[in-house]
Amino acid sequence: MIDSTTHARPLFDGPDWSFDLMSTVHDAIQEIALNDLGLNIYPNQIEIISAEQMLDAYSCVGMPLMYQHWSFGKHFVRDETYYRKGMMGLAYEIVINSNPCISYNMEENTMAMQTLVMAHAAFGHNHFFKNNYLFRDWTDASGIHDYLAFAKNFIADCEERHGLDAVEQVLDAAHALRDQGVFRYGRPPKPTAQEQAAMLQQREGAKSGRSVLDLWTDTILGSPEQAQSEGEAALSSRQGELSLPQENLLYFLEKHSPNLAPWQREIVRIVRYLAQYMYPQKQTKVMNEGCATFTHYYIIIRLYEKGLITQGAFMEMMHSHTNVIMQPEFDDPRFNGLNPYAIGFAMMQDIRRICENPTNEDREWFPEFAGDPDWKSVMRNAWANYRDESFILQFLSPHLIRQLKLFVITDDEKQANLVVSQIHNKRGYREVRQILARSYDLAFLEPDIQVVDADLKGDRELQLVHRVQNGIDLVDEDRTEVLKHIKRLWGYEVKLTGIDRDSGETLYSRTTRVAAADAA
Amino acid sequence: MHHFIDRRRNPKGKSLGNRQRFLRRTRHHIKDMVDKSVQKRSVKGDGTDDHSVGERVTIPVKGIREPRLTQSNTGGFRQRVFPGNKDFVVGDSFPRPKGGAGQGGREGADSGEGEDGFSFNLTREEYLQILFDGLELPDLIKKASVETETIATRRAGITTSGTPNNLNLVRTMRNSLGRRIALKRPSADDFAKLEQEIVDLEALSDPNAAQIRLLADLRHQFEALERKRRVVGYIDPLDLRFDTFTTEKVRNSKAVIFCLMDVSGSMQEREKDLAKRFFILLNLFLERAYEHSEIVFVRHTHHAQEVDEETFFYARETGGTIVSTALQEMRDIIDDRYPSDEWNIYGAQASDGENFGNDSVKCESLLTEQLLPFCQYFAYVEIVPESEDRLLNDPGAGGDLWHSYRRVKQNFPNFEMLRVSEPAHIYPMFRKLFAKKVAGDTS
Repeated sequence: MIDSTTHARPLFDGPDWSFDLMSTVHDAIQEIALNDLGLNIYPNQIEIISAEQMLDAYSCVGMPLMYQHWSFGKHFVRDETYYRKGMMGLAYEIVINSNPCISYNMEENTMAMQTLVMAHAAFGHNHFFKNNYLFRDWTDASGIHDYLAFAKNFIADCEERHGLDAVEQVLDAAHALRDQGVFRYGRPPKPTAQEQAAMLQQREGAKSGRSVLDLWTDTILGSPEQAQSEGEAALSSRQGELSLPQENLLYFLEKHSPNLAPWQREIVRIVRYLAQYMYPQKQTKVMNEGCATFTHYYIIIRLYEKGLITQGAFMEMMHSHTNVIMQPEFDDPRFNGLNPYAIGFAMMQDIRRICENPTNEDREWFPEFAGDPDWKSVMRNAWANYRDESFILQFLSPHLIRQLKLFVITDDEKQANLVVSQIHNKRGYREVRQILARSYDLAFLEPDIQVVDADLKGDRELQLVHRVQNGIDLVDEDRTEVLKHIKRLWGYEVKLTGIDRDSGETLYSRTTRVAAADAA
Repeated sequence: MHHFIDRRRNPKGKSLGNRQRFLRRTRHHIKDMVDKSVQKRSVKGDGTDDHSVGERVTIPVKGIREPRLTQSNTGGFRQRVFPGNKDFVVGDSFPRPKGGAGQGGREGADSGEGEDGFSFNLTREEYLQILFDGLELPDLIKKASVETETIATRRAGITTSGTPNNLNLVRTMRNSLGRRIALKRPSADDFAKLEQEIVDLEALSDPNAAQIRLLADLRHQFEALERKRRVVGYIDPLDLRFDTFTTEKVRNSKAVIFCLMDVSGSMQEREKDLAKRFFILLNLFLERAYEHSEIVFVRHTHHAQEVDEETFFYARETGGTIVSTALQEMRDIIDDRYPSDEWNIYGAQASDGENFGNDSVKCESLLTEQLLPFCQYFAYVEIVPESEDRLLNDPGAGGDLWHSYRRVKQNFPNFEMLRVSEPAHIYPMFRKLFAKKVAGDTS
């Protein structure tokens, strides 16, 4: 409809926004996003909220509906204090991975900012949510609202029935295990129809509660002869029954804890489900923000070229854009790690450059797409099929490494000094790229902890193993606290053993049993 | 394919439940802070320590930590990528900065949170709730008296529009007169004079030519005057002036609390602390009930004097104890400054119950004759030693003063007396004292 060759009248002029105006601008953006960039999005639902509501949304991990818990209150109180003191600005937007895709825009934004925010969130993030394989395969965008409503009501119901303290205890414990409450390598097992029916029954039966005495039946205890046949065979059959080893601690506890009442199991399940839902976001920070930033950048330039926005509005957006993608260097006081917006945006601009304007080096490094005339489809393909780690491993170019002057510092406990081990030269490119990629790999960032055994016929001590990589230990104080939480969910003692991943040597061992003895 | 929703009108405070859970969770930390603040707090809500803003509290990290299994920032073997290399070459080395692996130490935890202890403001409600929670009862103050503000009107100058009943006649006429003079509006006298001349001329049976001309001229003048009078009205809408009034809240309810305390040697820190807690509660309570309240501190040994808060609670005094002096002082101050038709007068007296000789009888008569008829309420708190718990449950036992006051109580429903020995007693007692008022059976 809008002819890109003619210079149309600007859609708005001045800072004030109105719903009509936003709707017109939305359509102009959509025209570019769908027909030009070829994005594929969920329907948009754009909500205008006040600063206070933004604070609300913040504290509930950005969710429109959330069960109640003190830690959300803590975040609210802290954010509010910081905000009132001026120590923190508020995000211009929050966007939710759902169908329809809900994005919150703040009423304080100027019309130019609303335009930028719509291009960023309602198209960039929206496209990413809908197309990236992690979100597609692992999250249920159309079901999340219903699920959140269910979770909120269920937990409120439990609070009423069992008291705030009892619910808080389970939530605290489950929250402590959120990072260990996801399936990383395999699809979460989908419950079969039978299991679903059983779950429903359990949910309904939350009132009555299964008796703990069930534990003491023969099926669990086994016959006396069986009990005597200890050893390897028993271990392996146990591991089979409990599908061990299991990296998803919450899943294991939910399924096998001898101690949890049905309603407690359901709460653990809710926390686990939400952790899993949020997991792809943790894996795709660089890509997701990169995609949204690249999209808004492309769109506002097109809008400007078409004469649909004024120079003033354009400058305002560019100002905000450059703030977002600023990457301070390592010796800058503002430096606080790599900025995912900056890296993501720079890589995507670089991909476009490689398609449109490849050098010989690019052709050598990226034979599959260097010089590809259709950079948009290269980009869409990248957005759809990678996560941060693999994206960097695949697409970070020597050109960009030079541009950002990336270098690697090796910090080896055994050495007295830090060493610069790679810099942005020919010898370093691959190493730099690999190390950077790994720093986004959650398998390296988060400790590898698994349930390996739980002898339900014996002392029922839950055996956990932490496979220590590169000698990196856990924060000890937290470890002690989390073990206590696990014990609360499991009902019996818990033991965590740290084993060196390479040598298999035992590095440490902590159990709640010892802690209890100490206390006594 | 899209729609916009305006959520700004949605109910705010979605986080209220979370906030309450947070306060609940950290209650014992906050309670410590609030308890301390009560000790330090001024009873008078002066500017520096204002009751109305609630209280700033700092929560220590320990109480709000949410532990997770996270990798430590130090130790082991790790490699990290940084931007902005200036002149490093491979193999450069330098000592490890203190406190870990160098810059970007937060990188690994950016999805978690920097958990510093942090401070925030409690609202006044929350503060009170926790304060009274500290006295081991939840959810306290119910407003005991109705708002006694009234709306009055006040003149607010003159306007050019209004209703007829607000017409300001003087101002209107003054404008009218000025205008009439300025525009030379003919007066009634002018007409009368002219008319008389015309009548005189017409009366002539045989006017000469000059007289006929004069008559015609006068008639002409007369018409001109009449036309002018029609044009320049006696009162023109321009002249109208009206009085206006604005409404204004007039505070006609004020309260004064007399805090009477025995400060003789037997009143130690413990006793004063208990007394202070009671006075604070009373003050908070009255502050809510009345827009405006004042506190008068009277302390006494064998003589009484009005003092400031600091002296009241912290100065040491020795000497005998004559309780009636305080009551007499209260009476004098009332006569002097707080006429009872304007002020709601409350009395609160704290003492350890010891009194000199037969002074208690004097107290009794002072109360019954001089004070209680004018007081809304008078509460006597006897602070007994912790070891004497039995006294708490035995109203029959006690010293002279206690017995005299018991007789007072029989005749005056607006008099209440209780015993406390520890902070936990204060609130229930306070509640008991004021529950009567809520029920409205003080009359």
